[in-house]
This record gives sequence, C-alpha cells and structure tokens, in this order.
Amino acid sequence: MTMTDTRPSIIVDNVRKTFLIRHSHSMKEAVIGKIRGRKVGSTPFQALDEVSFTVNEGESVAILGHNGSGKSTMLKLISGVLEPNAGRILVRGRLAGLIEVGAGFHPDLSGRENVYLNAAILGMTEKETDERFDDIVDFSGIREFIDQEVKHYSSGMFMRLAFSVAIHTELDVLLVDEILSVGDAPFREKCNQKIRELSDAGKTMVVVSHSVGTVRELCTRGIVLRKGKKIFDGPIEEALEVHKAKNK
Amino acid sequence: MADGLTNPHLSDFRTPGRGNGILDIFTKRYLLKVLVKKDVSTRYRNSIFGWLWSYAKPLAQFLVYFLVIGIILQMDRGVDNFPVYLFSGLVVVNLFNEAFNNATRSIVGNKALVRKIYLPRELFPVSTVIVAFVHFLPQVVILILAALLYGWVPSLLGIVAALVGMLLITLFSTGLGLLFGALNVAYRDAQNFVEIIRTFSTWSAPVLYSWDMLAHRAPDWLFHIYMSNPLTASVELFHYAFWFDTSDGSLATPPLLLIYVAVAFVIAIASIFIGQFVFRRFERNFAQDL
Repeated sequence: MTMTDTRPSIIVDNVRKTFLIRHSHSMKEAVIGKIRGRKVGSTPFQALDEVSFTVNEGESVAILGHNGSGKSTMLKLISGVLEPNAGRILVRGRLAGLIEVGAGFHPDLSGRENVYLNAAILGMTEKETDERFDDIVDFSGIREFIDQEVKHYSSGMFMRLAFSVAIHTELDVLLVDEILSVGDAPFREKCNQKIRELSDAGKTMVVVSHSVGTVRELCTRGIVLRKGKKIFDGPIEEALEVHKAKNK
Repeated sequence: MADGLTNPHLSDFRTPGRGNGILDIFTKRYLLKVLVKKDVSTRYRNSIFGWLWSYAKPLAQFLVYFLVIGIILQMDRGVDNFPVYLFSGLVVVNLFNEAFNNATRSIVGNKALVRKIYLPRELFPVSTVIVAFVHFLPQVVILILAALLYGWVPSLLGIVAALVGMLLITLFSTGLGLLFGALNVAYRDAQNFVEIIRTFSTWSAPVLYSWDMLAHRAPDWLFHIYMSNPLTASVELFHYAFWFDTSDGSLATPPLLLIYVAVAFVIAIASIFIGQFVFRRFERNFAQDL
C-alpha cells in the first residue's frame, strides 16, 4: 500500500440487486400468454446478493467472475447508473469510469466539440477541459483530424479519442470495465501505462477484466463473485487461483 | 459496518447516483450549457436551409390556420387584426408543444448515456426545454415584425406580460416533461398519450377563436378552469402583449386575467413538483428499463 491514509473510498454494504425479467411486453402478449398457459408477469433475477466490501483510498481492486456473475452490475452500482434494491453504497471523491467510453459522443460534431461535450458529461468544468485539451488530443494521437466530424473517423480513431477523454478526467476513483480492447497494440500499451501512472499516483481503482495479465499487473487485491455472491476477497494471486479453480 | 455508516467521519461520503434533482440545473450549469449547445448545433446538420426551417414551419402553419379559420370560417371579421391575434397565440402553443414533446422523449433519446454514465438525468428534459425555447425565439422575431406592421408600439407592461407568459409555459412544459419523460422509459405509451395532449393543446386555448365565445356558452366553473389552464393564461398574456394595443378594443382582455395567471403559476409549479417526484421514483430503474 502506497498510502498512509487508509480511509475507505468505496463502501459496499450488504448490497442486493434484483432484476425483473419481464415475460410479456404488452397487454396483448400478456393476455395471449395467459390463455396459452405460459408464464406471465415477471421473474426476479438476483444479480447481486448481500455483497459487502470496502475499498481503501489508493487501493487497486479487481472484481473477478464469469459472465453473469454480477461484476459489471457491481461497477454500475458504484458509478451510480444503477441503484441497489437493498443495502448501501457510499463513495468519496470524484468518480470516473472507463466504461463504454464512447457513449456520449455525437457523430455530427467535430472531434474538438466532442472532447468538450464528453468531458462535461464526465463531470469536468470548462476550465479543466481547456487545461487538459492538448494532453487529451496528444494522447489520442489524432490531432490532424480533431476538427473533422467524428462520423468520418475510423472506429479505432474514435475509440482512441473517447478513451483519451475518459482517462484525462479529474478523478479520485477510477472504475475500469474491459477497456483494454481499445485500439492497436501500441495504443493499448499507452493506456496500460497511463492507468499504472494513475495507480501509482494513489488513485483508487476498481477493475473488471477477463485478462489475467492486466489484472495481475494493475491490482493488488481481488474479489471473486459467483452468481452474485462474494466467494473470495483477498490478495490478487489467491483470488486468481479461486477464480481459475471454479473455472473447472 | 452498520455502526460505521452512522459514524460522523463518513460525512464526506455520498451515495452514487443521487443528485439534487431539478436543482442540479444550477449546480451543473456548464454541463447543461454543453448539452443545449449540442442539440442546437446538430439540429439542422445536413440540411440545406438549416435554420430557415425554424421560420418556415410556423409560417406555413399560420397560413393554413389563417386561410381556414380566418377567411373561410370568417374569424377575421370577428377579431380585429386577426393575423396578429392568431400568430401571437400560435407561437405560445408551438413553444409548449415543442418543449413538452422534446422533454417527453429526452430520456429515451439519450439512452446510450443514461445506461452507461451517471449524470443528473433531470438535465435531459430541462435541456430540451431550453432548446425548444431557442427555436421559439425566431418565431417571436416574426411576431414582433408583424405586430409592428400593424402599428404595435412596445410598452413596458406588454413586454412584462410576454416574459411572464414565456416563463409560465417553460415551467409548465418542464413539469409535464419530467412526468411524461420518466413514464416514457417504462411505458412507451406515454409518448403516444402526449401526442394526443398536443392535439388538444392548440384547441384548448383561445388561439383560433376568442375567449368570449366560450364565456357566453360555458358554465362559470368550467370557464374558470378553462382560463386557469397555463396555456390559456400564457396565450392571453401574449395577446395582451402583442395584439391588444393594435386592435380596436372590441375584444377586451379577460377580466380577472391576473388571478388566472396566478392560478396558472400555481398549477405550473405544482406540475414541476409532481413531475420531479415521479421522475425520482422512476429514475432508479432508468438504466435497466432502457
């Protein structure tokens, strides 16, 4: 641990998240379903069940689990996109997510306009964006196209710019979800480098990834989820073991 | 853990995804500005005539109503300076329809963002209402030009009346927009229902006819309800601001207009409270319902 201050940044307390799976999408469907004796209404699906943990300031934690284990749901709960059905989540400081980085982009706007739009969506002020604008553009490596409309970008250029905005936001806590599929190998390396820098700078980090390499490199602690329940919380190597063991 | 949560040293923690509701339009002014700018600057992208459409559409609408209601149904003879009368009411209803419609669709329309990034979701309906207001301004310019042509002399009281009317419509459509925008996420029926309300709105206010026609036929209580409709109150404020002084005075400004305006404000503000309340209740499920 690099920080002497070990106050928590994220507190997850007995969190439960249930999704309702609707079986019918209109009144007509419901009536016909009823007549045919199919299931109508909705069945609950327990995505997260009584999960608790705390992440201390400066810590890098990986959330491991299979598809459907609830790890992305956990991240969405921490970011505030979803709300838990029971339990509490508390966070401290500015949160930023490397989650679907291109979500706020508008294809008809230029790269420059999109940088400002997305920075604002991610919680930055105009002044902060002005200050970082050059860093953002340099990092993305597409300065010559910055005044073109984004719809003319290749998908790689698009992702690079989007990622670059997201990684340059002012943050205390970084949420990372499967980002490292961005761009080509050199750019991916640059991203990893930048994330490591943030980690070394004492930023708190929660990482969801399937890549054992990334997780081992970035995180010191791992939480393993299985079917919405926390089954392990501890040092990253052991967590990876547990995660691998239940693969079999 | 349970003890820890009540511990005072956790006071700088917050619950993610909980904003200050509609009040975030003041704390997130820059974001609101950027969202409005995005909508305004992308509105007429890839169109040759661009902003001219903001003038052409209301003019075409005006022409149809003027020919049918004014000439064929002869309202032109009943109301002095009918073109100004008609247009000053029409712009108010247009503002309401545009703002209400945009706000209703705003959450579903920003699906990609709502599902992935948390930002106070009230900003979406509010920004679309502001965008509607921006598109309403060209119509006001036409209205002012037309009124000047008919001998309108701007007065302080008239300008105040117009501003009060605009504020009233903006508040009311924001309130309704919050309500139906939230409902629309779970039940897309909402936007169809809103279509129906919009069809009614043009006729529910004295735009194509005059208020005294109703006063003669409707029972008192119904007439009072009719006049307290924020749309009616705003339309009458606009008539007062741009048309009344140019007319021969045979159609008076409704008596008790100030009281109706006051009641309309109460209704509009109540709509914001109700809209916000429902919005909050539905907001927690936005990301999973979209």
